[in-house]
Amino acid sequence: MNPTARCSIVGIGESAVGKVPDRSALQLQADATTAALTDAGLTIADIDGLITTPVRVEAWNMPCGVVASYLGIRPDYLLTVDLAGASGAAMIHHAAMAIAAGQCTTVLCVAGQNLLSNRSRSHAVKAMAESGAAHPQFEVPYGPLVASNYALIARRHMHEYGTTEEQMAEVAVTMRRHASLNPNAHKRDLISVSDVLKSPMITSPLKILDCALVSDGAAAAIVTSADRARDLRQKPACLLGQGYGLRHSYIGETLNVTSSGAVDSGRKAFAMAGLKHSDIDVAELYDCFTITVIIELEDLGFCKKGEGGAFVQGGRIGLEGELPVTTHGGLLSGGHCGVGGGFFHVLEAVRQIRGSAGARQIGNAETVLVHGNGGTIAIHCTLILGAAAAV
Amino acid sequence: MQTDRPVPAPNPETAPYWKAARDHRLTLPRCLACGKYHFYPRSLCPFCASRSLAWEPCSGRGVVYSYTEVFRAPSPAFAADVPYVVAIVALDEGPHLMTRLVLPGGMSPGIGQPVEVLYEDLDDELSLPRFRATQP
Repeated sequence: MNPTARCSIVGIGESAVGKVPDRSALQLQADATTAALTDAGLTIADIDGLITTPVRVEAWNMPCGVVASYLGIRPDYLLTVDLAGASGAAMIHHAAMAIAAGQCTTVLCVAGQNLLSNRSRSHAVKAMAESGAAHPQFEVPYGPLVASNYALIARRHMHEYGTTEEQMAEVAVTMRRHASLNPNAHKRDLISVSDVLKSPMITSPLKILDCALVSDGAAAAIVTSADRARDLRQKPACLLGQGYGLRHSYIGETLNVTSSGAVDSGRKAFAMAGLKHSDIDVAELYDCFTITVIIELEDLGFCKKGEGGAFVQGGRIGLEGELPVTTHGGLLSGGHCGVGGGFFHVLEAVRQIRGSAGARQIGNAETVLVHGNGGTIAIHCTLILGAAAAV
Repeated sequence: MQTDRPVPAPNPETAPYWKAARDHRLTLPRCLACGKYHFYPRSLCPFCASRSLAWEPCSGRGVVYSYTEVFRAPSPAFAADVPYVVAIVALDEGPHLMTRLVLPGGMSPGIGQPVEVLYEDLDDELSLPRFRATQP
Protein backbone atom coordinates (compact mmCIF):
# COMPACT_ATOMS: atom_id res chain seq x y z
CA MET A 1 0.00 0.00 0.00
CA ASN A 2 1.01 3.59 -0.57
CA PRO A 3 2.50 4.61 2.81
CA THR A 4 1.59 8.27 2.35
CA ALA A 5 -2.09 7.22 2.36
CA ARG A 6 -1.73 6.94 6.13
CA CYS A 7 -1.38 10.73 6.32
CA SER A 8 -4.14 13.29 6.66
CA ILE A 9 -4.69 17.03 6.55
CA VAL A 10 -6.10 17.95 9.96
CA GLY A 11 -5.97 21.74 10.01
CA ILE A 12 -6.33 24.53 7.46
CA GLY A 13 -6.14 28.29 7.65
CA GLU A 14 -6.10 31.35 5.40
CA SER A 15 -4.97 34.90 5.97
CA ALA A 16 -7.05 37.74 4.58
CA VAL A 17 -6.81 37.54 0.76
CA GLY A 18 -6.97 40.28 -1.84
CA LYS A 19 -5.52 43.68 -1.14
CA VAL A 20 -4.06 43.43 2.36
CA PRO A 21 -1.73 46.42 2.53
CA ASP A 22 -0.99 46.23 6.25
CA ARG A 23 0.68 42.78 6.28
CA SER A 24 4.17 41.58 5.29
CA ALA A 25 4.73 38.17 3.72
CA LEU A 26 5.69 36.66 7.08
CA GLN A 27 2.74 38.25 8.82
CA LEU A 28 0.37 36.78 6.24
CA GLN A 29 1.99 33.35 6.73
CA ALA A 30 1.70 33.72 10.49
CA ASP A 31 -1.99 34.64 10.14
CA ALA A 32 -2.62 31.52 8.07
CA THR A 33 -0.59 29.38 10.50
CA THR A 34 -2.50 30.58 13.55
CA ALA A 35 -5.79 29.91 11.78
CA ALA A 36 -4.66 26.38 10.82
CA LEU A 37 -3.47 25.56 14.35
CA THR A 38 -6.75 26.80 15.83
CA ASP A 39 -8.68 24.80 13.24
CA ALA A 40 -6.73 21.64 14.15
CA GLY A 41 -6.80 22.24 17.91
CA LEU A 42 -3.00 22.12 18.00
CA THR A 43 -0.32 24.51 19.22
CA ILE A 44 2.93 25.53 17.59
CA ALA A 45 4.69 23.17 20.02
CA ASP A 46 2.99 20.23 18.27
CA ILE A 47 4.65 21.11 14.96
CA ASP A 48 7.89 19.21 14.27
CA GLY A 49 8.08 19.66 10.51
CA LEU A 50 7.90 22.77 8.33
CA ILE A 51 7.47 23.01 4.56
CA THR A 52 7.19 26.25 2.61
CA THR A 53 7.91 27.74 -0.82
CA PRO A 54 10.02 30.64 -2.08
CA VAL A 55 8.52 34.15 -2.23
CA ARG A 56 9.12 36.95 -4.74
CA VAL A 57 8.65 40.03 -2.58
CA GLU A 58 11.71 39.61 -0.36
CA ALA A 59 15.07 37.89 -0.62
CA TRP A 60 14.96 34.90 1.71
CA ASN A 61 17.94 32.63 2.01
CA MET A 62 16.51 29.14 2.75
CA PRO A 63 12.81 30.11 3.00
CA CYS A 64 11.96 27.10 5.20
CA GLY A 65 14.53 28.29 7.74
CA VAL A 66 13.27 31.87 7.65
CA VAL A 67 9.65 30.81 8.18
CA ALA A 68 10.43 28.18 10.86
CA SER A 69 12.57 30.62 12.80
CA TYR A 70 9.98 33.39 12.52
CA LEU A 71 7.23 31.11 13.84
CA GLY A 72 9.39 29.78 16.66
CA ILE A 73 9.54 26.22 15.35
CA ARG A 74 12.63 24.06 15.84
CA PRO A 75 11.72 21.38 13.33
CA ASP A 76 12.96 17.81 12.98
CA TYR A 77 12.27 18.12 9.27
CA LEU A 78 12.19 21.16 7.00
CA LEU A 79 12.04 21.75 3.28
CA THR A 80 11.49 24.48 0.69
CA VAL A 81 9.43 23.12 -2.19
CA ASP A 82 10.05 25.03 -5.41
CA LEU A 83 7.83 23.64 -8.16
CA ALA A 84 6.29 27.04 -8.97
CA GLY A 85 2.51 26.69 -9.16
CA ALA A 86 2.66 22.96 -8.41
CA SER A 87 4.29 23.69 -5.04
CA GLY A 88 1.02 23.87 -3.08
CA ALA A 89 -0.06 20.35 -3.96
CA ALA A 90 3.51 19.06 -3.70
CA MET A 91 3.96 20.42 -0.16
CA ILE A 92 1.21 18.05 1.05
CA HIS A 93 2.88 15.10 -0.65
CA HIS A 94 6.29 15.95 0.81
CA ALA A 95 4.78 16.34 4.28
CA ALA A 96 3.17 12.92 3.97
CA MET A 97 6.45 11.37 2.78
CA ALA A 98 8.37 12.85 5.70
CA ILE A 99 5.80 11.52 8.18
CA ALA A 100 5.61 8.09 6.49
CA ALA A 101 9.40 7.87 6.67
CA GLY A 102 9.36 8.61 10.38
CA GLN A 103 11.22 11.91 10.09
CA CYS A 104 8.56 13.86 11.98
CA THR A 105 4.95 13.54 13.11
CA THR A 106 3.12 16.79 12.41
CA VAL A 107 4.04 19.09 9.53
CA LEU A 108 3.00 22.68 8.95
CA CYS A 109 2.82 23.56 5.24
CA VAL A 110 2.53 27.30 4.71
CA ALA A 111 2.95 29.66 1.74
CA GLY A 112 1.98 33.13 0.63
CA GLN A 113 3.06 36.72 0.38
CA ASN A 114 1.96 40.32 -0.19
CA LEU A 115 2.47 40.03 -3.94
CA LEU A 116 0.05 42.87 -4.73
CA SER A 117 0.83 45.39 -2.01
CA ASN A 118 4.59 44.97 -1.72
CA ARG A 119 5.22 47.12 -4.77
CA SER A 120 2.46 47.21 -7.39
CA ARG A 121 0.56 45.04 -9.82
CA SER A 122 2.79 46.26 -12.67
CA HIS A 123 5.90 45.41 -10.72
CA ALA A 124 4.59 41.89 -10.06
CA VAL A 125 3.78 41.43 -13.77
CA LYS A 126 7.32 42.48 -14.76
CA ALA A 127 8.94 40.36 -12.05
CA MET A 128 6.97 37.29 -13.12
CA ALA A 129 7.77 37.84 -16.82
CA GLU A 130 11.49 37.87 -15.97
CA SER A 131 11.36 35.24 -13.23
CA GLY A 132 12.53 32.36 -15.40
CA ALA A 133 9.20 30.92 -16.56
CA ALA A 134 10.35 32.17 -19.95
CA HIS A 135 13.91 31.31 -21.03
CA PRO A 136 16.14 34.26 -20.10
CA GLN A 137 18.17 34.12 -23.33
CA PHE A 138 15.84 32.65 -25.93
CA GLU A 139 12.42 33.95 -24.85
CA VAL A 140 12.48 36.94 -22.46
CA PRO A 141 14.26 39.24 -24.99
CA TYR A 142 11.20 38.98 -27.28
CA GLY A 143 8.95 40.47 -24.61
CA PRO A 144 6.44 37.76 -23.67
CA LEU A 145 4.27 38.19 -20.58
CA VAL A 146 3.70 35.07 -18.52
CA ALA A 147 0.23 35.38 -20.05
CA SER A 148 1.78 35.39 -23.56
CA ASN A 149 3.27 31.96 -22.94
CA TYR A 150 -0.23 30.69 -22.16
CA ALA A 151 -1.72 32.67 -25.06
CA LEU A 152 0.56 30.71 -27.40
CA ILE A 153 -0.98 27.53 -25.98
CA ALA A 154 -4.51 28.91 -26.28
CA ARG A 155 -4.03 30.00 -29.89
CA ARG A 156 -2.65 26.59 -30.87
CA HIS A 157 -5.46 24.80 -29.00
CA MET A 158 -8.00 26.91 -30.91
CA HIS A 159 -6.26 26.00 -34.17
CA GLU A 160 -6.05 22.27 -33.50
CA TYR A 161 -9.39 21.68 -31.80
CA GLY A 162 -11.66 24.60 -32.60
CA THR A 163 -11.69 25.84 -29.02
CA THR A 164 -13.26 29.30 -28.81
CA GLU A 165 -12.72 32.48 -26.82
CA GLU A 166 -16.30 32.08 -25.56
CA GLN A 167 -15.43 28.67 -24.12
CA MET A 168 -12.39 30.05 -22.34
CA ALA A 169 -14.56 32.88 -21.02
CA GLU A 170 -16.90 30.27 -19.48
CA VAL A 171 -14.07 29.24 -17.18
CA ALA A 172 -13.60 32.82 -15.94
CA VAL A 173 -17.35 33.26 -15.44
CA THR A 174 -17.58 30.02 -13.47
CA MET A 175 -14.62 30.89 -11.25
CA ARG A 176 -16.17 34.27 -10.47
CA ARG A 177 -19.49 32.66 -9.61
CA HIS A 178 -17.68 30.34 -7.19
CA ALA A 179 -15.68 33.23 -5.72
CA SER A 180 -18.92 35.17 -5.15
CA LEU A 181 -19.80 32.47 -2.61
CA ASN A 182 -16.36 32.59 -0.96
CA PRO A 183 -16.23 35.34 1.69
CA ASN A 184 -12.41 35.47 1.54
CA ALA A 185 -12.15 35.72 -2.27
CA HIS A 186 -10.38 38.67 -3.88
CA LYS A 187 -13.01 39.37 -6.61
CA ARG A 188 -16.64 38.55 -5.90
CA ASP A 189 -18.72 40.60 -8.38
CA LEU A 190 -20.39 38.35 -10.96
CA ILE A 191 -19.26 38.61 -14.58
CA SER A 192 -20.71 37.34 -17.87
CA VAL A 193 -19.13 35.77 -20.95
CA SER A 194 -19.69 39.08 -22.69
CA ASP A 195 -17.82 40.91 -19.89
CA VAL A 196 -14.84 38.60 -20.40
CA LEU A 197 -14.88 38.97 -24.18
CA LYS A 198 -15.11 42.77 -23.90
CA SER A 199 -12.41 43.10 -21.24
CA PRO A 200 -9.09 44.56 -22.45
CA MET A 201 -7.03 42.30 -24.71
CA ILE A 202 -3.71 41.59 -23.00
CA THR A 203 -2.03 39.06 -25.26
CA SER A 204 -4.36 37.59 -27.86
CA PRO A 205 -6.50 35.58 -27.46
CA LEU A 206 -6.31 36.19 -23.69
CA LYS A 207 -8.17 39.14 -22.21
CA ILE A 208 -7.55 40.51 -18.74
CA LEU A 209 -10.41 38.40 -17.35
CA ASP A 210 -8.77 35.25 -18.77
CA CYS A 211 -5.79 35.93 -16.49
CA ALA A 212 -5.16 35.19 -12.82
CA LEU A 213 -5.30 38.01 -10.32
CA VAL A 214 -2.32 39.41 -8.43
CA SER A 215 -3.18 39.19 -4.72
CA ASP A 216 -1.91 39.33 -1.18
CA GLY A 217 -2.56 36.26 0.91
CA ALA A 218 -1.25 33.11 2.55
CA ALA A 219 -2.57 29.62 3.27
CA ALA A 220 -1.52 26.94 5.74
CA ALA A 221 -2.33 23.27 6.25
CA ILE A 222 -1.26 20.80 8.92
CA VAL A 223 -0.51 17.20 7.98
CA THR A 224 -0.16 14.35 10.45
CA SER A 225 -0.47 10.58 10.55
CA ALA A 226 -3.91 9.02 10.23
CA ASP A 227 -3.43 7.52 13.70
CA ARG A 228 -2.93 10.95 15.29
CA ALA A 229 -5.67 12.43 13.13
CA ARG A 230 -8.22 10.18 14.84
CA ASP A 231 -7.72 12.04 18.13
CA LEU A 232 -8.08 15.51 16.61
CA ARG A 233 -11.20 17.57 16.26
CA GLN A 234 -11.56 17.81 12.48
CA LYS A 235 -12.68 15.17 10.02
CA PRO A 236 -9.37 14.29 8.33
CA ALA A 237 -8.73 14.55 4.60
CA CYS A 238 -6.47 11.66 3.62
CA LEU A 239 -3.93 11.61 0.83
CA LEU A 240 -5.09 8.67 -1.31
CA GLY A 241 -2.76 9.15 -4.24
CA GLN A 242 -0.47 11.55 -6.00
CA GLY A 243 1.62 11.82 -9.12
CA TYR A 244 4.06 14.15 -10.83
CA GLY A 245 4.59 14.87 -14.49
CA LEU A 246 6.93 16.97 -16.59
CA ARG A 247 7.28 16.99 -20.36
CA HIS A 248 9.12 20.25 -20.99
CA SER A 249 10.49 23.27 -19.23
CA TYR A 250 10.05 26.11 -21.75
CA ILE A 251 7.02 26.58 -23.97
CA GLY A 252 9.04 27.85 -26.93
CA GLU A 253 11.00 24.64 -27.37
CA THR A 254 8.39 21.98 -26.71
CA LEU A 255 7.05 20.40 -29.88
CA ASN A 256 3.50 20.02 -28.52
CA VAL A 257 2.08 22.87 -26.47
CA THR A 258 -1.47 21.56 -26.21
CA SER A 259 -0.82 18.59 -23.95
CA SER A 260 1.21 18.43 -20.79
CA GLY A 261 2.73 16.40 -18.01
CA ALA A 262 -0.71 16.42 -16.38
CA VAL A 263 -1.34 13.30 -18.47
CA ASP A 264 1.33 11.54 -16.42
CA SER A 265 0.62 13.07 -13.01
CA GLY A 266 -3.07 12.26 -13.30
CA ARG A 267 -2.55 8.69 -14.47
CA LYS A 268 -0.16 8.00 -11.57
CA ALA A 269 -2.43 9.62 -8.98
CA PHE A 270 -5.48 7.60 -10.08
CA ALA A 271 -3.44 4.39 -10.16
CA MET A 272 -2.03 4.96 -6.67
CA ALA A 273 -5.45 5.78 -5.25
CA GLY A 274 -7.05 2.85 -7.05
CA LEU A 275 -9.81 5.16 -8.21
CA LYS A 276 -11.41 6.13 -11.51
CA HIS A 277 -12.69 9.45 -12.82
CA SER A 278 -16.28 8.73 -11.88
CA ASP A 279 -15.15 8.48 -8.24
CA ILE A 280 -14.10 12.17 -8.19
CA ASP A 281 -16.73 14.44 -6.67
CA VAL A 282 -14.89 17.73 -7.11
CA ALA A 283 -11.76 18.77 -9.06
CA GLU A 284 -9.79 21.71 -7.69
CA LEU A 285 -7.82 22.51 -10.84
CA TYR A 286 -5.06 25.08 -11.18
CA ASP A 287 -6.44 28.03 -13.11
CA CYS A 288 -3.69 30.56 -13.77
CA PHE A 289 -5.38 31.25 -17.11
CA THR A 290 -8.69 30.04 -18.51
CA ILE A 291 -6.98 27.81 -21.09
CA THR A 292 -5.11 26.03 -18.28
CA VAL A 293 -8.34 24.52 -16.92
CA ILE A 294 -9.39 23.30 -20.38
CA ILE A 295 -6.06 21.55 -20.94
CA GLU A 296 -6.05 20.02 -17.45
CA LEU A 297 -9.55 18.59 -17.91
CA GLU A 298 -8.30 16.89 -21.08
CA ASP A 299 -4.92 15.77 -19.82
CA LEU A 300 -6.26 14.47 -16.51
CA GLY A 301 -8.71 12.39 -18.52
CA PHE A 302 -12.04 13.99 -17.59
CA CYS A 303 -12.66 14.37 -21.33
CA LYS A 304 -10.88 13.54 -24.57
CA LYS A 305 -8.10 15.72 -25.96
CA GLY A 306 -9.68 18.62 -27.79
CA GLU A 307 -13.02 18.38 -25.97
CA GLY A 308 -12.08 20.58 -23.00
CA GLY A 309 -13.66 23.67 -24.56
CA ALA A 310 -17.04 21.97 -24.89
CA PHE A 311 -16.65 20.41 -21.43
CA VAL A 312 -16.56 23.77 -19.64
CA GLN A 313 -19.81 24.94 -21.27
CA GLY A 314 -23.37 24.49 -20.11
CA GLY A 315 -22.60 24.73 -16.41
CA ARG A 316 -20.82 21.38 -16.37
CA ILE A 317 -17.94 22.68 -14.19
CA GLY A 318 -20.21 24.75 -11.94
CA LEU A 319 -21.40 23.85 -8.46
CA GLU A 320 -24.45 22.04 -9.88
CA GLY A 321 -22.50 20.51 -12.76
CA GLU A 322 -21.33 16.97 -13.36
CA LEU A 323 -17.79 17.92 -12.32
CA PRO A 324 -17.61 20.99 -10.07
CA VAL A 325 -14.21 22.61 -10.70
CA THR A 326 -12.19 24.90 -8.43
CA THR A 327 -15.07 25.67 -6.14
CA HIS A 328 -13.43 28.51 -4.18
CA GLY A 329 -12.93 30.66 -7.27
CA GLY A 330 -9.30 29.77 -7.88
CA LEU A 331 -6.54 32.04 -9.08
CA LEU A 332 -8.84 33.77 -11.56
CA SER A 333 -11.15 35.16 -8.87
CA GLY A 334 -10.31 33.75 -5.44
CA GLY A 335 -6.81 35.22 -5.48
CA HIS A 336 -3.26 34.53 -6.65
CA CYS A 337 -0.41 35.29 -4.28
CA GLY A 338 2.32 33.71 -6.43
CA VAL A 339 3.85 30.34 -5.64
CA GLY A 340 1.39 29.85 -2.75
CA GLY A 341 -1.65 30.48 -4.97
CA GLY A 342 -2.24 26.84 -5.78
CA PHE A 343 -2.27 25.94 -2.09
CA PHE A 344 -5.73 27.48 -1.69
CA HIS A 345 -7.00 24.70 -3.98
CA VAL A 346 -5.80 22.14 -1.41
CA LEU A 347 -7.59 23.97 1.40
CA GLU A 348 -10.81 24.06 -0.58
CA ALA A 349 -10.54 20.29 -1.20
CA VAL A 350 -10.27 19.77 2.55
CA ARG A 351 -13.36 21.93 3.16
CA GLN A 352 -15.33 19.97 0.56
CA ILE A 353 -14.36 16.66 2.21
CA ARG A 354 -15.28 18.00 5.66
CA GLY A 355 -18.58 19.35 4.36
CA SER A 356 -17.65 22.83 5.54
CA ALA A 357 -17.57 24.70 2.22
CA GLY A 358 -20.77 26.60 3.05
CA ALA A 359 -22.69 27.86 0.03
CA ARG A 360 -20.10 26.16 -2.19
CA GLN A 361 -20.50 22.71 -0.63
CA ILE A 362 -20.91 19.90 -3.16
CA GLY A 363 -23.31 17.46 -1.49
CA ASN A 364 -21.41 14.99 0.64
CA ALA A 365 -18.22 15.13 -1.39
CA GLU A 366 -15.87 12.32 -0.37
CA THR A 367 -13.16 12.30 -2.99
CA VAL A 368 -11.52 15.42 -4.39
CA LEU A 369 -8.78 15.77 -7.00
CA VAL A 370 -6.36 18.69 -6.65
CA HIS A 371 -4.07 19.68 -9.48
CA GLY A 372 -1.14 22.07 -9.40
CA ASN A 373 0.65 23.37 -12.48
CA GLY A 374 4.02 25.11 -12.45
CA GLY A 375 5.79 27.10 -15.16
CA THR A 376 4.09 27.12 -18.54
CA ILE A 377 2.09 23.87 -18.20
CA ALA A 378 5.49 22.41 -17.30
CA ILE A 379 5.53 20.79 -13.84
CA HIS A 380 2.41 19.00 -12.64
CA CYS A 381 1.40 17.56 -9.30
CA THR A 382 -1.94 15.80 -8.88
CA LEU A 383 -3.33 14.82 -5.47
CA ILE A 384 -6.39 12.74 -4.73
CA LEU A 385 -7.75 13.46 -1.26
CA GLY A 386 -10.48 11.46 0.39
CA ALA A 387 -12.61 11.19 3.47
CA ALA A 388 -11.31 7.75 4.38
CA ALA A 389 -7.74 6.49 4.19
CA ALA A 390 -7.23 3.72 1.68
CA VAL A 391 -5.91 1.48 4.40
CA MET B 1 17.85 50.30 -27.79
CA GLN B 2 16.61 50.99 -24.29
CA THR B 3 19.15 50.10 -21.65
CA ASP B 4 16.67 48.37 -19.34
CA ARG B 5 15.38 46.04 -22.05
CA PRO B 6 16.20 42.40 -21.20
CA VAL B 7 18.85 41.21 -23.65
CA PRO B 8 20.44 37.78 -24.04
CA ALA B 9 23.45 37.14 -21.81
CA PRO B 10 25.45 34.55 -23.76
CA ASN B 11 27.25 31.91 -21.69
CA PRO B 12 29.93 29.41 -22.77
CA GLU B 13 27.25 27.01 -23.97
CA THR B 14 25.18 29.50 -25.97
CA ALA B 15 27.95 31.82 -27.21
CA PRO B 16 28.24 30.10 -30.61
CA TYR B 17 24.53 30.74 -31.27
CA TRP B 18 24.78 34.43 -30.42
CA LYS B 19 28.09 34.86 -32.26
CA ALA B 20 26.50 33.42 -35.41
CA ALA B 21 23.41 35.58 -34.89
CA ARG B 22 25.63 38.66 -34.74
CA ASP B 23 26.87 37.64 -38.21
CA HIS B 24 23.25 37.13 -39.26
CA ARG B 25 23.49 33.37 -39.44
CA LEU B 26 21.13 30.96 -37.67
CA THR B 27 22.79 27.86 -36.26
CA LEU B 28 21.44 24.90 -34.31
CA PRO B 29 23.12 22.16 -32.27
CA ARG B 30 22.95 18.84 -34.10
CA CYS B 31 23.69 15.39 -32.73
CA LEU B 32 26.40 13.57 -34.64
CA ALA B 33 25.14 10.23 -33.30
CA CYS B 34 21.40 10.31 -34.10
CA GLY B 35 21.41 13.21 -36.56
CA LYS B 36 18.67 15.20 -34.84
CA TYR B 37 18.77 18.95 -34.33
CA HIS B 38 17.71 20.34 -30.99
CA PHE B 39 17.05 23.76 -29.45
CA TYR B 40 17.42 25.37 -26.89
CA PRO B 41 21.09 24.30 -26.70
CA ARG B 42 22.24 21.53 -24.40
CA SER B 43 25.57 19.83 -23.83
CA LEU B 44 24.02 16.46 -24.52
CA CYS B 45 21.46 15.36 -27.10
CA PRO B 46 18.00 15.35 -25.47
CA PHE B 47 16.95 12.50 -27.76
CA CYS B 48 19.84 10.02 -27.38
CA ALA B 49 22.09 11.55 -24.66
CA SER B 50 25.12 11.56 -26.97
CA ARG B 51 27.64 14.26 -26.19
CA SER B 52 28.84 14.38 -29.80
CA LEU B 53 27.25 17.61 -30.90
CA ALA B 54 28.10 20.22 -33.50
CA TRP B 55 26.69 23.65 -34.36
CA GLU B 56 25.33 23.52 -37.90
CA PRO B 57 23.92 26.23 -40.10
CA CYS B 58 20.18 26.04 -40.57
CA SER B 59 17.92 27.23 -43.36
CA GLY B 60 16.35 30.00 -41.31
CA ARG B 61 13.00 28.93 -42.71
CA GLY B 62 9.96 27.46 -41.05
CA VAL B 63 6.29 28.04 -40.33
CA VAL B 64 4.38 29.80 -37.56
CA TYR B 65 3.39 27.17 -34.98
CA SER B 66 1.55 29.63 -32.72
CA TYR B 67 1.45 33.36 -32.09
CA THR B 68 0.09 36.01 -29.74
CA GLU B 69 -0.31 39.72 -30.25
CA VAL B 70 0.92 41.48 -27.10
CA PHE B 71 -1.00 44.63 -26.17
CA ARG B 72 0.28 45.10 -22.63
CA ALA B 73 4.08 45.11 -22.33
CA PRO B 74 5.65 43.14 -19.47
CA SER B 75 7.81 46.15 -18.60
CA PRO B 76 8.31 49.77 -19.71
CA ALA B 77 11.26 48.62 -21.86
CA PHE B 78 8.84 46.98 -24.31
CA ALA B 79 6.06 49.58 -24.08
CA ALA B 80 7.08 51.43 -27.26
CA ASP B 81 6.79 48.20 -29.28
CA VAL B 82 3.15 47.50 -28.39
CA PRO B 83 1.38 45.87 -30.08
CA TYR B 84 3.89 43.24 -31.18
CA VAL B 85 3.57 39.61 -32.21
CA VAL B 86 5.42 36.95 -30.20
CA ALA B 87 5.44 33.63 -32.00
CA ILE B 88 6.71 30.09 -31.85
CA VAL B 89 8.28 29.07 -35.15
CA ALA B 90 8.66 25.44 -36.22
CA LEU B 91 11.95 25.42 -38.14
CA ASP B 92 12.33 23.25 -41.24
CA GLU B 93 15.05 21.35 -39.34
CA GLY B 94 12.56 20.31 -36.63
CA PRO B 95 13.15 22.39 -33.51
CA HIS B 96 10.81 25.12 -32.33
CA LEU B 97 11.87 28.51 -31.03
CA MET B 98 10.25 31.63 -29.65
CA THR B 99 10.66 34.80 -31.66
CA ARG B 100 9.05 38.07 -32.70
CA LEU B 101 7.14 38.06 -35.97
CA VAL B 102 7.66 40.74 -38.62
CA LEU B 103 4.54 41.17 -40.78
CA PRO B 104 5.12 43.16 -43.97
CA GLY B 105 2.44 45.42 -45.36
CA GLY B 106 -0.29 44.93 -42.81
CA MET B 107 -0.23 41.14 -43.15
CA SER B 108 -2.04 39.32 -40.32
CA PRO B 109 -0.34 36.55 -38.39
CA GLY B 110 -1.55 33.00 -38.95
CA ILE B 111 -0.64 29.49 -37.91
CA GLY B 112 1.13 27.65 -40.73
CA GLN B 113 2.38 30.89 -42.32
CA PRO B 114 5.82 30.40 -43.95
CA VAL B 115 8.51 32.55 -42.37
CA GLU B 116 12.22 33.30 -42.78
CA VAL B 117 14.77 34.68 -40.37
CA LEU B 118 15.97 38.25 -40.26
CA TYR B 119 17.91 40.06 -37.56
CA GLU B 120 17.39 42.93 -35.18
CA ASP B 121 20.78 44.40 -34.31
CA LEU B 122 20.62 45.36 -30.63
CA ASP B 123 24.19 46.70 -30.57
CA ASP B 124 27.60 45.82 -32.02
CA GLU B 125 27.72 42.55 -30.10
CA LEU B 126 24.15 41.23 -30.13
CA SER B 127 21.60 40.54 -32.83
CA LEU B 128 18.23 39.00 -32.14
CA PRO B 129 16.80 36.57 -34.71
CA ARG B 130 13.27 37.48 -35.75
CA PHE B 131 11.09 35.92 -38.42
CA ARG B 132 9.29 37.58 -41.30
CA ALA B 133 6.18 36.20 -42.91
CA THR B 134 6.95 35.49 -46.56
CA GLN B 135 3.35 34.93 -47.71
CA PRO B 136 -0.06 35.09 -46.06
